[in-house]
Amino acid sequence: MAAMRKALPRRLVSTSSMGTLPKRVKIVEVGPRDGLQNEKNIVSTPVKIKLIDMLSEAGLSVIETTSFVSPKWVPQMGDHTEVLKGIQKFPGINYPVLTPNLKGFEAAVAAGAKEVVIFGAASELFTKKNINCSIEESFQRFDAILKAAQSANISVRGYVSCALGCPYEGKISPAKVAEVTKKFYSMGCYEISLGDTIGVGTPGIMKDMLSAVMQEVPLAALAVHCHDTYGQALANTLMALQMGVSVVDSSVAGLGGCPYAQGASGNLATEDLVYMLEGLGIHTGVNLQKLLEAGNFICQALNRKTSSKVAQATCKL
Amino acid sequence: MGNVPSAVKHCLSYQQLLREHLWIGDSVAGALDPAQETSQLSGLPEFVKIVEVGPRDGLQNEKVIVPTDIKIEFINRLSQTGLSVIEVTSFVSSRWVPQMADHTEVMKGIHQYPGVRYPVLTPNLQGFHHAVAAGATEISVFGAASESFSKKNINCSIEESMGKFEEVVKSARHMNIPARGYVSCALGCPYEGSITPQKVTEVSKRLYGMGCYEISLGDTIGVGTPGSMKRMLESVMKEIPPGALAVHCHDTYGQALANILTALQVVWFVFQMGINVVDSAVSGLGGCPYAKGASGNVATEDLIYMLNGLGLNTGVNLYKVMEAGDFICKAVNKTTNSKVAQASFNA
Repeated sequence: MAAMRKALPRRLVSTSSMGTLPKRVKIVEVGPRDGLQNEKNIVSTPVKIKLIDMLSEAGLSVIETTSFVSPKWVPQMGDHTEVLKGIQKFPGINYPVLTPNLKGFEAAVAAGAKEVVIFGAASELFTKKNINCSIEESFQRFDAILKAAQSANISVRGYVSCALGCPYEGKISPAKVAEVTKKFYSMGCYEISLGDTIGVGTPGIMKDMLSAVMQEVPLAALAVHCHDTYGQALANTLMALQMGVSVVDSSVAGLGGCPYAQGASGNLATEDLVYMLEGLGIHTGVNLQKLLEAGNFICQALNRKTSSKVAQATCKL
Repeated sequence: MGNVPSAVKHCLSYQQLLREHLWIGDSVAGALDPAQETSQLSGLPEFVKIVEVGPRDGLQNEKVIVPTDIKIEFINRLSQTGLSVIEVTSFVSSRWVPQMADHTEVMKGIHQYPGVRYPVLTPNLQGFHHAVAAGATEISVFGAASESFSKKNINCSIEESMGKFEEVVKSARHMNIPARGYVSCALGCPYEGSITPQKVTEVSKRLYGMGCYEISLGDTIGVGTPGSMKRMLESVMKEIPPGALAVHCHDTYGQALANILTALQVVWFVFQMGINVVDSAVSGLGGCPYAKGASGNVATEDLIYMLNGLGLNTGVNLYKVMEAGDFICKAVNKTTNSKVAQASFNA
C-alpha cells in the first residue's frame, strides 16, 4: 500500500483508446418531423411553422421539416404541404422532408422541397411491419425516388432504422446494417443516418456497427440518430464521434416518445447534445439560448415537460 | 411510418428485449456469449463496482421527508440486488439536513447483509462517534475542490476542513474503520465556475494521504463534459492510483453517462487499468439544490444498462434494482428519473 502511494511518472496516463474528435459537428434537427410525429397531441400548422422558424434562427443548418406520408397513417403530418410552403427558408439552411414513396416525392417537389429523405431498415421484420414489403422490395421503391430526385437535382438522404437493434428481431448484425447502408449510398444517397430506433444500443454495439459500416461507406457520408429510450443516446453519440462521425441527428426538447415502449422517451435532446459538444470545444453553429427558447415554445404548445436535462436545469420554476 | 398500433402488438416484449441485450448478472444468465464479447471496447475494466448513493445523496435532495421505516425497507431491498456498497445515511445535524435526522434509527434498523458494505457520512468527529455507536463499519468525509463551496457548505476553508477530516479519518483508522473521501465540485462549482484539475488533485491527494482508501470525484452540479472529465482525471491519476478513484456524476445537464464512459476509458498506461468505481443513485434520485427543477444523480438502472451492454461485470441484478426504484418512487410520490425504468414499466 505504501509503495502505491508515491507519485507516478507523468507520462504514464494515456487516453489513446479514445480517438480524436471532429472539430465541427453538423446537427440535423429532427424535432419537427421525428419528434412531433411521435407526440400524442396534434399541433396546429402555425405552431409547426413557428417552431421551424425559431429553429432556423437558432443556427441549425439542417431542419427536417415534415413527412409527405398519408395522414391516414400519420395524422400529425397531415399538413405537410402547408408547413413546407409556410416556413421561412433561410439561406444556408436545408429543409429535408420524408418521402416514403414516389407519390409523396412528387407532392414534396410540388410543394417546393429541395431535399428528401427515404427511410429503410436493417431488419426484415421491421420493414415488413412498417412498410409492408421486404428490404429488397423497399430498395426497388426507393430506386424510383432516387432516379426521379436525380433528374430534378434534388438531394436524397437515407435512414437505416434498427441499426443497433429491432423491436421484432432483437439483435441486428453489423454486417446487415453495412449491407443496407452500402446499397443506399450506391443508389445515390449523399448521407445515411444510422438510427438506433428503439434506443437499445450501448457504446460497444455502436462501435461494432460503425466499424462494419465504415468499411463500406465513407465516414463523411455517415450520421447517427440515437434515441434515448434507455438513457444511452449521448454516450452512444460520444462513441460515434470518437469513431470519427461528424453528423448527429437530435430533436429539440427530446421530443417524441417511442411507439414500441409506452411511457418511454424519444430522441436525443438537441440542447443536451449542444451542451456536450460546446464543452468539448466542437463547433456546431448553434445558439443554445435560442434553441432553449424554441424548445420551451413547443413544449408549451404540446402541453408537456421538456425531455432535455439542460432545459430542465436552466428553466426558472 | 406504417400502421403502428397493430405493429406494436407483435413486437418483442420488453422483458425479452432486455434479456437479449442485457446480462442480468445472476448465475442463471451465465457468462457472456461470444457475440457479446466482441462488443467489448478495449481498455475498459472487466469489473465495475457501483456505489449506490440513493438512500443518502439521493434522498437528501428530495423534498418529501421519507419515514424511517420506508428508508429501512428501501435499503433492505437494495441489499438484495447484488450491490456491494450502499451509502446509508449521514450523521449530520438534523438542523442542516432534516431528511437525515433519523440516521441512528436507520443505521440500527437496516439488515446488514454479508458481503455488502454500508458507509455513512460523518462530517465531523461528533458525527463519527455517533455513527460508530450506531453500528457503522465504514465512513465517508466530504471535501471540495472549491474554497467558496467549502465556505458556503460547511462554513470553513478547504484547509480548515482538511483539519477536521483528518481527526475523523485518523480516529476511524485507529478503530480499523475504512474511510472514503469525496471531492465535490471536481468539474465545476456553482459559485466559482470552472475548477482547475490541479486543485482537484491537490485536495484528492490530501484526503488520500490522510488515509482515505478511495476518493470519489464528484461533478456536484453536473456541468462537466467528457473533455473536462478527461483532463481532470489525467491530472488526478498522476498522483493517485486509479484503483483508489471513483467518479460521482450528476445528470443535471444530461452528461452523466457520457462522462462516466469517458472516465472508464482513461487508462493508466503502465498497469493497463483505469477507474472502475462509479457512484449512482437508483431512479436518479435527488434534485440539485443549485438548479431548481434540475435532475440529480445518474440513475443506477441506466448505468447498469450501459455497463451490461459493454460486457462489463457489475454483479448487480437490473430487474431487482428497478423494483427497488419503483418502491422508493411510489414512497416519494415522484416519477423515476431512470430512462430504463420509464421504458420498462408501463406509464
